[in-house]
Order: sequence, then C-alpha cells, then structure tokens
Amino acid sequence: MPPFPEAAKSATENSQMRHNLRLATDTIRGKRESAVSELDDWSDLRQAGKAVKDRTLRHLDTYLEQLEESVTAAGGTVHWAADAAEANEIVTGLVQATGESDVVKVKSMATQEIELNEALAQAGITAYETDLAELIVQLSDDLPSHILVPAIHRNRAEIREIFRDRMASWGVPAPEELSDDPRALAEAARVHLRERFLDTKVAISGANFAVADSGSMVVLESEGNGRMCLTLPQTLISVVGIEKIVPTWSDLEVFLQLLPRSSTGERMNPYTSTWTGVTPGDGPQEFHVVLLDNGRTDVLADTVGRQALRCIRCSACLNTCPVYERTGGHAYGSVYPGPIGAILTPQLRGTASETEASLPYASSLCGACYDVCPVAIDIPEVLVHLREEVVSQPGHRAEKAAMGVAGWVMGGERRLDTAQRAASAARSFMPRRMPGPASAWTDTRDIPDIPAESFRSWWRREGAEQAPDPGGGEHGPDAQEGGRR
Amino acid sequence: MRIALFVTCVNDTLYPRTGQAVVRLLHRLGHEVVFPESQTCCGQMHYNSGYRREAQKLAVRFVETFADADAVLAPSGSCAAMVRDNYPRLGEDGSRLDRAVAAVAPRVYDLSELLVDVLGVTDVGAYFPHTVAYHPTCHGLRLLKLGERPYRLLSNVRGIDLRELESATECCGFGGTFAMKNADVSAAMGADKARHAVATGAEVLCAVDNSCLMHIGGTLRRQRTGMKTLHLAEILASTEQEPAVL
Ligand code: SF4
Repeated sequence: MPPFPEAAKSATENSQMRHNLRLATDTIRGKRESAVSELDDWSDLRQAGKAVKDRTLRHLDTYLEQLEESVTAAGGTVHWAADAAEANEIVTGLVQATGESDVVKVKSMATQEIELNEALAQAGITAYETDLAELIVQLSDDLPSHILVPAIHRNRAEIREIFRDRMASWGVPAPEELSDDPRALAEAARVHLRERFLDTKVAISGANFAVADSGSMVVLESEGNGRMCLTLPQTLISVVGIEKIVPTWSDLEVFLQLLPRSSTGERMNPYTSTWTGVTPGDGPQEFHVVLLDNGRTDVLADTVGRQALRCIRCSACLNTCPVYERTGGHAYGSVYPGPIGAILTPQLRGTASETEASLPYASSLCGACYDVCPVAIDIPEVLVHLREEVVSQPGHRAEKAAMGVAGWVMGGERRLDTAQRAASAARSFMPRRMPGPASAWTDTRDIPDIPAESFRSWWRREGAEQAPDPGGGEHGPDAQEGGRR
Repeated sequence: MRIALFVTCVNDTLYPRTGQAVVRLLHRLGHEVVFPESQTCCGQMHYNSGYRREAQKLAVRFVETFADADAVLAPSGSCAAMVRDNYPRLGEDGSRLDRAVAAVAPRVYDLSELLVDVLGVTDVGAYFPHTVAYHPTCHGLRLLKLGERPYRLLSNVRGIDLRELESATECCGFGGTFAMKNADVSAAMGADKARHAVATGAEVLCAVDNSCLMHIGGTLRRQRTGMKTLHLAEILASTEQEPAVL
C-alpha cells in the first residue's frame, strides 16, 4: 500500500466514490444524531461504557482466564493465538479436522485483520462471506472500505453489475432481469446465500463481545445472515480479539444501547445472537474460540494508546470524519479505516513502514471523532501521541530542521521580532505561488499578504503612546507595557 | 478589568489588524490591556506535529509570561484550546510545569468567552452594515465549546445581516501542518467550505481563528469569489466612526 497522502490523492479525484460516500455518511450521521439525542443520559452511558472497558483492560489477564474456564465448562474449546500466522494455522487445522472444504462466514474484522480467507484458500478451503456488504466485496474481488458497511463506496447500479457478472461463478446466479432496486438486490443475495447456509457444515464468526463470567459470545447484526451462520452449521469457530471481553452478562446492557445507536442510528439492532458453549441437539455441536492477540498486548502496554482497545467498532467516527468522507476507506491501507484505523493500525503493526507512519497524520485533528465515540476514545490525543513516536524515529530530517528553526525563533521575542521584520521587508518580493514543498499550499490557495508591520512593533509605538503608566508596581514588569486609553 | 493580551504568533506576524481591533474594542469597553512582550507562540504547531519537547519549552515560556495575569485573552480559538486542553498533557503529574499550567490555563479565554462570561457583555456597541456568515472553527466548537457566544455577540451588532452557513460544523481542512502533509484532502475540504460560504451570499465570512480564515480566505481569493474573511474581533471593534476595513 502507498502512504496515505498518495492513496488519498487518487481517492479525492474519484468523484463517483466521493459522491457515494457523502450520501451514505450524511444519512447515517443524521440518523445517529437523532437516535442519540433521544436519550438524556447518553453522556452517562458513554462514561459507563468507557469505565467498563477500562476496568476490563486493566485486569485483562484475569478476565481472559475466567473466559477460558467458562467456555470450557460450557463444552467449548479455547485456543490462544499470539499472531496472525498462529491464528490462521489453528483455524485451518480445525476446519481440516472436520473434513470439509467450504465454510460460511459472518462478517468479522478480526479474520480480515489476519487475512484468514487467503490462508484458508491456500489450504484448499473456500470461505463464503454471508454479510450482504461482505458478499459484494468478495464477489467483486474488492477490499472492505468501512467497518460496518464494507461496500459503502459502491452504489446500487454498481452492485447490480457485480451481482449479474459474478454471482454465477460463486453459486446460484443472479436473476436475468435484476434491477437495482434495493429490495431486488437483497432478494438476489438471499436466494444466492440460502443454498450456502443449508449445505455448509462449518461456520466462522467473530464476536462483538465475549462475556467472561458466562463464556458467551455475542454478535449484533442487521440481516439475520449472521444468526444463520451461528445456528445452522455443525461446527462453529469464533475468532475473537482479546479486547472484546466484558466481565459480566449485565455489563452488556450498556453496550447494547451504545452500539446500535452509534453505528446504524437505531434504538436496537435487529438481531442480537448469543451462544454459550454447546447444547446437545441444538445448534453447532462443536464450538471453538480462537483468542487473538496479534499486537494487542503491545497496545495495552502504552498508557496513552491503549484507549484504542475500548473501540466497539461502531463506525461513528468514520461516518463523521471529513477526511474519511473524501478519501474512502481504502486509502488507509488497513481493515480498520477512518479515525480509529489511523490510531489502531499503526499501534498493531508499528510505525516502521511508510504507510503506517503516514496514518497518524491522516487527520486535521478537528475532534469530530472524539465527540461521537460512544466509549470516549480521545482519538486526537492518540494521533498526536503517535506522531511523537513517528518523529522520534530516524528520517524526517527536513521537517525536524524546520521545526527546530521555528522553535528557536519562537524561543525568544527578539528573534521573533527580527524574523517578522525580515518577512515584512521581503513582502513585496513574495511570489503568489511557492516552489518546493510549499507549492502544496499555493496550488489551490493564495498566501496572505505579509503586513508592513507586526502587532508587537505597532504596540510598541501606539500601545505605549496610549499608555499612561498605571504604576504601583503591583503587576510586575508587565505593567510598563500596559495601556489604558 | 486588566486584561493580558496573548496575541498569538500568527496574529502578531500576519494579522496585526486583529490584535489592534482587540485593543480598540477592549479600550472602548473601558478595560485596560497589557501586552507582555516576552510572549511568542503557544507551541500548537510543535505539539500537533509530534514535537513535544519544543512544545514544552514554549509552554514554559507562556506560563512564565502570564503567571500574574488575571485574565489572558487569546484571540484565536485553537491557541486558547492549546493552552487549556493540551498544556495539562505536557507536564508530568505534579511537575513544576504541571502546577504552573494548572494555575494559568483556567484564566485563558477566547474573545467571545472573555466578553460574554468574564466581562458580561453581549452588546459591544458595534456597527457593521454588511452580510456575514459565521464559521464555528473546530477548536472553538469542540474543545472550547463556545456554543452560541459568537452568534450572540454578532447578532447584537447594528446593521449586520447574519446568514446561515451550511455544514457549518465541518472542519475547513486547515489543521496546521495537515494542509501541507495531506494537501489534496485539505484542499478538497477547503473547497467545500468555500463553496458553502459563497452559497450564503454573504460579503464576509467570520470566525474566531485567523488560521482557518487564512486557509478558507486563500481558497476564496484563488477562486476570485470576492468574498472576504474577517476575525470576529474586527467586526466587534467596528463602529460608525471607525469602520472595519474590508
Ligand atoms: S473509535 Fe469509537 S466511534 Fe470509532 S468505531 Fe470505535 S467505538 Fe466507534
């Protein structure tokens, strides 16, 4: 992946995508706002969500052990995966043990993060995505561009084309006369997927929450396809990031209010599925949880950055971010795009490579993401913190030099005064368009006129003139510079 | 009241008219203004770009310069927010810087806060017979939570015709070094903001931060829209005898 500014450049030039995104995020922003404003205790809820997550993260080791015990007691098996390779190996092994070569999947970011589908394919196993938007992404050989609506960058007409061209090679073809009416598109997907659900014996899921005291996994979704995955197959394998834990069943109450309102602007999501171990004669008869670290304990060790692990993947920050709205999700080069991606990806993967190092800068620090985040992740704070990490590495020589000079000039009022005088003296030679790195500014904007005189030199003349010395000495040396008309 | 002016490095260097307007306005309201000359820059650019140590040095200078002030006026929303919201993150808990910040930061105000909350005025007796749209800048909006204050001040200006700005709360795309590092996205955001500003039909776009206005105004000028930008202080300082220069 190219660094963010490069990827973003081509994205800003794609007016169709920008248009699709603007429409989609505008709508969902409005819905979220009215759903949130219905609750007068929203800020208390938000604080509660933050507190539960923080407490859990502080004692994560204890809760993870508790989760393992409860899952095992309920008839499931827990596997620990330190990184993506280990997780993929475990899942592949589990699928191979069933003797199956097809699996159905309910949307799971954790499996995208570890590129599980690709790993399965290498072992000759085909993974079928069953979430409508994931299906669109998979059929079109595309990448997801949004946490909640992975195909948000597509419009109806594009989706119809994708269904017509590609469905047949993955199973039941799309109907001949498929229109781009959303209901017709959903129906085509339903028919296509039904056969899949009825035939497939293994399912792979993620989980929105894993409850430590009962060992339950919880998935929130809108379509019901997830519930099909969780109930129909013989074997269920859930790949879950270790930060998804909540201590008790009653803690869920907070998140079941925070998540749907923040993500889809609904009071309640249509399907909340929970499952606990194995129940003879009902649902999957074999159940595995793969608990995934993959960089998360490193994030936990960073006291400023760890708040990113509170994220409940609601996508409110994406939907409100003016940068995301103009670049789309692909520019972030990660399954986690938008503001949360800009802080989570460089933490999970480190900032050594250019792409990851560019992500903390993919924000104007406007703060809109922090305002909407239901678990109060101070995303701007973490962005700045990560920028500190990036500039502490080798490289950035020109920038460091410039910042050093600026710091030196600002380090004393005389130096600042001298620099201002120099700028004023050179004002008539200032070109309208600048060469080099500054051209990024003057390509689309005029630089302001440099004034003939700085404020401080005006003050010395005018301010002092107006100022009868208030005297008394009680205000210290500053008082000499004071003025009263 | 005796008010210490922290004019900010951008205003000092590029927008001295804003500082002069503040002085004129506060004098007109019967207040004393002091300008401690040892001031330079709040360190926002360094802090936001990841240069923490440089930001710390500038923070030390700031808190020393304004240690004795009863009220500090920073006619820039983002600089006021830098001091109030970010300085507390710069010093270790209980350090000297931390203690000094805790003492000074709560007394730092943006112009609209100083007028409405501290001085208790919403009608400053200004006259500005022009159409105006107000852009609530990100830091003013989300960090300082200025809310209705600027609108209340503007709506009491005689002769003014206030226009509503579409998508007002959206960032203009300046973001300090963001405008250089992500020039294309920044320009796309600026272009949208400029389009919404022009659509109001107003002659003037007003804000409490000259950095944002430099970005939007630079875009408006490049596009030859004829629309002007003015800091809130210049509108509030404007009178029939001494009208603001457009
Ligand atoms: S960071 Fe906050 S707003 Fe963004 S997806 Fe996560 S929980 Fe939602």
